[in-house]
Amino acid sequence: MTADLCIHGGRVVDPANGIDQTADVWISDGCITGIGDFSGDATRTIDARGLVVAPGLIDMHVHLREPGQEWKEDIASGSQAAVAGGITTLCCMPNTTPTIDHAGVVRQVIERAREVGLCRLHPIAAVSKALKGKELTEMRELHRAGAVAFSDDGLPVWHAGVMRKALEYAASFGFLIIQHAEELQLTHDGCINEGWISTQLGVNGMPAAGEDTMVARDIMLCRLTGGRYHVAHISTAGAVALVRAAQAEGLPVSAEAAPHHFALTEEELLGYNTDAKMNPPLRSETDRQAVIAGLRDGTIATIATDHAPHHPDDKRCGLSCAAFGIVGLETMLPVSLQLVRDGVLTLPRLIANMGQHPAQLLGLKSGTLNIGAAADLCIFDPKRKWVVDRYQLRSKSHNTPWHGKTMTGQVIHTIMDGRIVFQLGSEE
Amino acid sequence: MKHLFGIADLTRQQITTLLDLGESFIELSRRSLRKTPTLRGKTIINLFFENSTRTRTSFEIAGKRLSADVINISAATSATQKGETLLDTAQTLAAMRPHVLVIRHSVAGCCHFLADYLPHTAIVNAGDGAHEHPTQLLTDLLTLRQQWPSVEGKILTMVGDIAHSRVARSHLIAAATLGYHIRLVAPKTLLPQQVERYGCEIFHDFDAAIPGSDAIYMLRIQSERLTDNCAFPSVREYHEAYGLNRARLARANPGCVVMHPGPINRGVEIATDVADGAQSRILDQVEHGVAIRMAVLTTMCGGQNYDR
Repeated sequence: MTADLCIHGGRVVDPANGIDQTADVWISDGCITGIGDFSGDATRTIDARGLVVAPGLIDMHVHLREPGQEWKEDIASGSQAAVAGGITTLCCMPNTTPTIDHAGVVRQVIERAREVGLCRLHPIAAVSKALKGKELTEMRELHRAGAVAFSDDGLPVWHAGVMRKALEYAASFGFLIIQHAEELQLTHDGCINEGWISTQLGVNGMPAAGEDTMVARDIMLCRLTGGRYHVAHISTAGAVALVRAAQAEGLPVSAEAAPHHFALTEEELLGYNTDAKMNPPLRSETDRQAVIAGLRDGTIATIATDHAPHHPDDKRCGLSCAAFGIVGLETMLPVSLQLVRDGVLTLPRLIANMGQHPAQLLGLKSGTLNIGAAADLCIFDPKRKWVVDRYQLRSKSHNTPWHGKTMTGQVIHTIMDGRIVFQLGSEE
Repeated sequence: MKHLFGIADLTRQQITTLLDLGESFIELSRRSLRKTPTLRGKTIINLFFENSTRTRTSFEIAGKRLSADVINISAATSATQKGETLLDTAQTLAAMRPHVLVIRHSVAGCCHFLADYLPHTAIVNAGDGAHEHPTQLLTDLLTLRQQWPSVEGKILTMVGDIAHSRVARSHLIAAATLGYHIRLVAPKTLLPQQVERYGCEIFHDFDAAIPGSDAIYMLRIQSERLTDNCAFPSVREYHEAYGLNRARLARANPGCVVMHPGPINRGVEIATDVADGAQSRILDQVEHGVAIRMAVLTTMCGGQNYDR
């Protein structure tokens, strides 16, 4: 038996196939050819003893800023950041310039990612033309071009009538609508969560009710239309409860959580830290615990970063003037591993939340170690500690709330199509 | 003390020291020759991004009476009109080596933010958004000190737009440090979330809050901002519910004083006869404002930062 690459002796975790065991994984011609005890000649061997070998991670919610805002990030730098975080599949949001609302832009983005060749990129196209919330995009055409879901993320689909039509039209073809759930009438001049912290800082707040009311409305529209509905970056106890109830009713409702919403609270804003400002904002400890409970009971079955790079100029200002968003690709895995250490999720369930589950939701082939599947893998040391240095991130932007913090868990190798696309310490 | 961002940064002892110093400056401002050479050779820049008459003038007069060189810059005439950022404007002015930069800006926390980039300049917060207004707070305390030896145990009833008030937040913090009690009076639309966590009492009925009050502190209503926001239906209804008039004042403790950070809206939050009446301390506050700012500027230019 021969193989191009053998990953030897790691803890292989493949939730889609119910695998969690110490084994070798071998790869030939870019595909996984076996899992078990490898005996034979491999062109190259990676010693994975003591490491976890998992399917390459999927992050279904990122902003790559290309086309249009390449000074913040582009597909090349975003891909480098992704693979350094063990992520081999990205879904990018359409709030670029131009908006991803035409098939041409979808193809351009996919083609650019192929040229970069580090990870897979599946665009999420806009629900409404130019994100204006008025006319629907040509969803079938966009889907044929490669869009895997639809969202006006950055903004909600605020108009109830448009949302109804979007869900109905999308339901006709089985498409997923991803909502940035925010009632703008309640949050319009806010910059952080509304509550004791916003009161002390003297800044306008965004009440949790702004998210809750939009999710409540949308769930009623799901009931009306039968449309598939996904709550992006869920952050409030109220929204988690609404999604849980909708799922119990059998509605096609799902949700994702961002690592910052289950790892951090609004306390980070004390001192006016603009790198802790994002939308939805960091919430209260009660909300954080509700998001964790949602992950524990499976109400929330996906973890995604909402990676939102911003230039330092847009963060080097007063809190109320600063741009919303933080980078997250390179910290998703170690921050999320805390859920395993805290006993919230088993390691296989955590891996499923960043692989199998989003793949199922979006109809992707990634997220498994199926024999014969493209060899996308993430090999990480769950115990290795490292300190986040914002200036060492591969992303073009530095806006992380974890600067100077110690992470536990580090990606050692990332493999895409059988190629090593990231190797810790091998960079310039 | 390197900077003065807010009352939250001050200990009880530091507050007392500033008030003692301020008290000594009241007398100076009543002399025929109102000048002392204390800050000769010092440069103070007043950088005001929001309209202000009394605070800016007060800082200017304070600096001049201390013989400092005082430069006033207002947003209307500054480079910000040409698109310069707050940080660039502040860094540019700091590069001219003032000893103190006095800043008023609508963005809460702007002084904390700028201080990280201006290592050689002392920053005094002259009001940052709805966050803090420490020199107004000290002014109020100096005014109350003329009334009673100590504010401890006294009840200060604040009425009006608490949500947008930096003066209210500074008082809520100081009350905990100095041991006075605050009653907040406003409709829920004008109260920030969870404000009771400061340890104050909340009233929506002004008449219920008046008995027992030692001082009534009226806040200005910015009617244009609030009617747009549906914070109250009309100025008429507001005045009826929350305006201070003689009948209401008569039900407070004997000797209850009336305060206001200004500018006042006669007939809106305060009736003319109350504003001009014997219990009003509104103009005393203005006078003490100069004395307190002299104390603050002296402190900022003194000590280990003397040759900054």
